[in-house]
Amino acid sequence: MRQIAFYGKGGIGKSTTCQNVMAALAELDQRIMIVGCDPKADATRLILHSKAQKTILHLAAERGSVEDLELEEVMLTGYRGIRCVESGGPEPGVGCAGRGIITAINFLEENGAYEDLDFVAYDVLGDVVCGGFAMPIREGKAQEIYIVVSGEMMAMYAANNIARGILKYAHSGGVRLGGLICNSRKVDREVELIENLAKRLNTQMIHFVPRDNVVQHAELRRMTVNEYAPDSKQAEEYRILARKILNNTHLTIPTPLAMEDLEALLVEYGILDDEKEYERATAADAAKSLASV
Amino acid sequence: MSQNVNAIQDHVQLFHQPEYQELFERKRQFEACPSPEEVQRVAEWTKTWDYREKNFAREAITINPAKACQPLGAIFAAAGFEQTLPFVHGSQGCVAYFRTHLTRNYKEPFAAVSTSMTEDAAVFGGLQNMIEGLMNAYALYKPKMIAVCTTCMAEVIGDDLGAFITTAKNEGALPADVPVPYAHTPSFVGSHIDGYDNMLKAILQTLEGKKGDSTGKLNFIPGFDPYIANIRELRRMLTLMDIPHTILADNSDTFDSPNTGHYVLYHGRTTLQETAQAINAEATVALQAYSTEKTRDFIQTVWQQPTCVLRPFGIQGTDAFLMKLSKLTGKPIPPELEVERGRAVDAMTDSQAWLHGKRFAIYGDPDLVLSLLAFTLEMGMEPVHIVVTNSNEAFEQEAKELLARYPNGGEATVWGGKDLWHLRSLLFTEPVDLLIGNSYGKYLWRDTKTPLVRIGYPIFDRHHLHRYPTLGYQGAINLLNWLVNTVLDELDRQTILPAKTDFSFDLIR
Repeated sequence: MRQIAFYGKGGIGKSTTCQNVMAALAELDQRIMIVGCDPKADATRLILHSKAQKTILHLAAERGSVEDLELEEVMLTGYRGIRCVESGGPEPGVGCAGRGIITAINFLEENGAYEDLDFVAYDVLGDVVCGGFAMPIREGKAQEIYIVVSGEMMAMYAANNIARGILKYAHSGGVRLGGLICNSRKVDREVELIENLAKRLNTQMIHFVPRDNVVQHAELRRMTVNEYAPDSKQAEEYRILARKILNNTHLTIPTPLAMEDLEALLVEYGILDDEKEYERATAADAAKSLASV
Repeated sequence: MSQNVNAIQDHVQLFHQPEYQELFERKRQFEACPSPEEVQRVAEWTKTWDYREKNFAREAITINPAKACQPLGAIFAAAGFEQTLPFVHGSQGCVAYFRTHLTRNYKEPFAAVSTSMTEDAAVFGGLQNMIEGLMNAYALYKPKMIAVCTTCMAEVIGDDLGAFITTAKNEGALPADVPVPYAHTPSFVGSHIDGYDNMLKAILQTLEGKKGDSTGKLNFIPGFDPYIANIRELRRMLTLMDIPHTILADNSDTFDSPNTGHYVLYHGRTTLQETAQAINAEATVALQAYSTEKTRDFIQTVWQQPTCVLRPFGIQGTDAFLMKLSKLTGKPIPPELEVERGRAVDAMTDSQAWLHGKRFAIYGDPDLVLSLLAFTLEMGMEPVHIVVTNSNEAFEQEAKELLARYPNGGEATVWGGKDLWHLRSLLFTEPVDLLIGNSYGKYLWRDTKTPLVRIGYPIFDRHHLHRYPTLGYQGAINLLNWLVNTVLDELDRQTILPAKTDFSFDLIR
């Protein structure tokens, strides 16, 4: 059984990528479970064709304790027999979402959810903001991390932060970075930029997923592209990515960039202005305000 | 009159002094206390069925639960191993609590360390505390093994013990070959019996030797049993039967050792070497089921070693235990034990008239309650209220099956997940003759006048009870002693006024 995790900035398309790739892997007869680790609980809707799944923590809150739950209640089976679980979490602004993930994953382990599987995919929210969100990469859990990224500045900041999180655990446990998945935002020179970033992080850009409206059309129907338009070009892209992940042997310990280096990289690709430009702009502003006095 | 250094008054007398009485009266006025009549009225109401129904409908509060938290059980287990330092990743206050709790029960010093997590550690993670803690603990206390468990704080922020310990070793905080088993023991999940289980499993996993030829030994797991004399009694019985054995883990000396004038830090009797060899034993016998579930599962699935739960409590329980051991090892039950059995049965018949038909309430850990039920049912006593805060479905099933085997078990109700405030309502609405439980039952005794037999954990307000076994035939005699003499004490109390309540003028009535 291989356990992998998808991390990345919020809204980058982790859940979409994860579900589409898993659907493609299921097509290759892999037995799969997706574990959504996000209080928003939207990591399995394309597989289950439903709005949102009943989450472990939602049911636990209703019943009073996670011990009162049965595995069957929270583990649903969707498209191509993919098993789906959502950890869920507290209402925004209260409680501790990180502890929620620990509780949910402990529940799955204790109730034998990890049996008869080839792939477990964790879909983890945004940045690794606390210890709870690192739960999926602890020893004995996900060994391979895929970071979903695009050529946008904040997405790359997040990717670098996640790499730092992985590095923290890489020397004590066995967790490795499997690669960057570029989910295209049609930024200029995006491929080169992400390939360059990948090289600096001591990893690879495992695949470039082009932007295609068919993804949105499929999502509207709560389906993966693989199901909605199996013959489309985009479905083929996800199949390629799935095969690349299946055969991936390039697993590395990441080398995260220092903030200056990351910014220099962004300046190099024209995403961020350099210090000279900054000084010129602020000097111009100062002159303007002086003139108006 | 204030205190005089030559004759310091205990608070029992002190607060009867007029100045304190005056102070209490002023306090009453200042705090606007309700009138004594109103207090009395409400107190009376809490004894009614009406209040009981409200009490049992409560959801969002627990009052006096009959359980402690996971790390307490974890360090209790760790204390049984040779030169092992119980090490708690969390704040100092938690560890102070565990140490006090154990010390007050056993009247023995108990050593355990903490990583002293503060607010900074909660924000930045406890890695640095773990590294420095392990370094200091190893340098200062020279343990052979450090057994790590956690408290709530470390668990909420999601500290990864496995990664932290590896990092600490990589950074040279302590030599790589010092075993550092670790267990996640959040206090807000389960109870001390789960902590015991988690820690014991972690230690067995960490020390595990190579699977090889059988050692011909049997492993015994006492479970979270506060009566450390039980371990000695177990050892005595096994020695009498000539059964080679390993006790996982033997903490009897930790909680009961002579004062030699030299402070000894480590008293754990189970060596790391024999623990490593436990994998090659013939079988593992657990004396408790619900404090050993994960450990037994591990031994069965990973070690591929047969396990069983045998409770050598009461006559039938001890019989079954000895016969099973005899069957497992092919060794006969020695005549000494047969004679002991005879003595126990004889003692039971001596007291039977006083205990038969006595209705009682009991509370405590699942396994403790089961072993006491087995004995009291044999004595013809009638359990009525059985309160187990840290209950579970399997236990409740097992308890019901046990009760169903006896005609005197028919009236009992097993109240899983309930606390001592629930029990208070039960005792007022459906009174019983006797209450069996730990020291906290004192308040129930005070309110309801039900005589309390102190059996369980913790017992802070009576001395030395843990030095007596409750296990085996000897244990049956001790249990009998505590039960029947409480009944007789109460009888004396009820017949204390000559010609008013005492009509027979007979010493023994």
